[in-house]
Amino acid sequence: MSERVGEAATAPAFPDAAKRLMTNQQLRRNVRHATEVIRGKRSKVVGEMPDWEMLRESGHQIKEHTLRHLDFYLEQFEQACMRAGGQVHWARDADDANQIITGIIQSHNESEVIKVKTMTSDETRLNSALEAAGITPYETDLADLIVQLGEDKPSHIVVPALHRNKMEIREIFLKKMKLDALGDRPEDLTNAARDYLREKFLRVKVGVSGANFAIAETGAVCVVESEGNGRMCLSLPQVLISLVGIEKVIPTFNDLEVFLQLLPRSATGERMNPYNSIWTGVTPGDGPQEFHVVLLDNGRIHVLADTESRETLDCIRCGACLNACPVYRQTGGHAYGSVYGGPIGAILTPQLQNMEHSQSLPYASSLCGACYEVCPVKINIPEILVHLRGKVVERGGAPFSEKLAMKTAAFGLAGPARLSGMQKLARIGQRPFEHDGELRNLPGMLSNWTSFRDMPAIPKESFREWWAKREQDEMK
Amino acid sequence: MSTAKQEILERIRGALRDVESSRADEYAAIPRAYVQSTSDALDQRLGLLTDRLHDYDATVYRCAPTDIQRTIGEALIAREKERILVPVGLPGEWLPPSFDFVVDRGLTYEEINVMEGVVTGSAFAIAFTGTIVLRHSAEEGRRALTLIPDYHLCVVQARDVVQTVPEAIRKMALFGASPVTTVAGPSATADIEMTRIKGVHGPRTLDVILVVD
Repeated sequence: MSERVGEAATAPAFPDAAKRLMTNQQLRRNVRHATEVIRGKRSKVVGEMPDWEMLRESGHQIKEHTLRHLDFYLEQFEQACMRAGGQVHWARDADDANQIITGIIQSHNESEVIKVKTMTSDETRLNSALEAAGITPYETDLADLIVQLGEDKPSHIVVPALHRNKMEIREIFLKKMKLDALGDRPEDLTNAARDYLREKFLRVKVGVSGANFAIAETGAVCVVESEGNGRMCLSLPQVLISLVGIEKVIPTFNDLEVFLQLLPRSATGERMNPYNSIWTGVTPGDGPQEFHVVLLDNGRIHVLADTESRETLDCIRCGACLNACPVYRQTGGHAYGSVYGGPIGAILTPQLQNMEHSQSLPYASSLCGACYEVCPVKINIPEILVHLRGKVVERGGAPFSEKLAMKTAAFGLAGPARLSGMQKLARIGQRPFEHDGELRNLPGMLSNWTSFRDMPAIPKESFREWWAKREQDEMK
Repeated sequence: MSTAKQEILERIRGALRDVESSRADEYAAIPRAYVQSTSDALDQRLGLLTDRLHDYDATVYRCAPTDIQRTIGEALIAREKERILVPVGLPGEWLPPSFDFVVDRGLTYEEINVMEGVVTGSAFAIAFTGTIVLRHSAEEGRRALTLIPDYHLCVVQARDVVQTVPEAIRKMALFGASPVTTVAGPSATADIEMTRIKGVHGPRTLDVILVVD
């Protein structure tokens, strides 16, 4: 198996990448501004829903139920989709998926495709595979277009170019669209994208999409979007290929009543996103006359097998946890080295790779719980982070300093005499670093703690010592 | 059966060895305590829908069934549109004289692209989220019609306005295999510095005529 999450396997560890990115003030300003705006909008439209908690609970349970019977629902989806004229393919990993998609495009002798935002295709690195086969993919989501033309990487699940400001985007468009002049207002930039892509929408014969939901009962697929580029890619080409992670299936059409309320409010702070497209197989005389679904595993079954972190696959990719995360808001998405950044990326990326790579990611969190609070399907991300840290340690992947600290603690806590001895030693050792009851600038690996956090000094007397003295005093 | 399919399904079954409960019982037991429907009167629903559509800068017209033709003319004049696409099933009596209406009888995308706008019917609308639902019947046209032109004038029957998303999904479930598009305002993006820009690739202007019996 060759599971792949973009280039996560070879990305630098989170602390190293974060340290470098935090020196980029422009990037931090852009990320802070963008996340603040979405958080404000989200909390306004979530606040007006009296039944939000009930919707979250239903969303969570529908997803959990589907995962528990995933084999059944996938086969049901396949049969229903085929009955409606669709073709269903199964891909074990990224290479499988890329080969299937490339093969379909080549069978039509086409050398261009229009793409509507699919993080899953970033996960499989589909664009590289297509380019290697001589096929040009055109990203059509405005943010994805900015990322593609800027030869950049996405930094957010929902707004992948939020790390770029309008001046940077203007430079990219001027150069890559070969324009003589271009204003710098967001309207000017948006119009440039409209003009650049319109001709491609009307001409290119093959569309590639992801899916937000695949409905087992009817074989329908649903894509949620704002710009209309989705509708263009889904309804104008002659051939449509949808790359769908196996966790995107939901049991019934009626289940959409939960997710189409949870997703837009959580993702972009809208009561409803401008466009939803739902289609079932092939409709004669309307839209693509050939429709393929590629069902992708690529490591998802590793996640499914771990009952303690299975609910990672509940994720509907709204990005609310990124916007809420105090770590993400400082570092931005690139620090995570994965197409999936933020809290959900910190748990999803290493698991998709069977915990063999990206082992620093479960530590990229302060466990504050903000992600859990905003998650529309109630994924307990902090609990899973802790669980995965345990797995990293089991695999021997914990940092050396943590292992040493844990060994020392195990020794010291093994008996009261050892504990008290170690406390006495520490009291002597801390003297040069103690100021007003606080420890500052500890040396060596301990500096990792004191350079970011407060550390109270070890008191002159432990509780045990105070208790023993008190008893002696009473006996007197 | 492909080997990849067999392999994936077998591995999934292996991963789910802990699951013992019956699928049907478990699905039926999922709590659904959220709001399913409301008893709001038609007037309230229409008021809310109008409000939401105004949020998207749509112009909302209200008219009686006998007044549709006049109102369509009024809307098109206000937007200075003349060469207008119409789906093949749009009632002929809706179309005012003195406009250049082109009926879609298999037009190419290039031919649609030079139209100034499109007038269509709709399946129904959702008041709570300000959403118009298209099922692409003969009165609404195939999907390209309401997508490529820059202006969409949409006729919504007031009796077809539901309040909540769950009510809407149940109506959509009855559409069978026909494609469904939901529209909440003109196409939009906030991808550049979170500044909301109206109109990217879909129609940049959406107007709605509410027909009240």
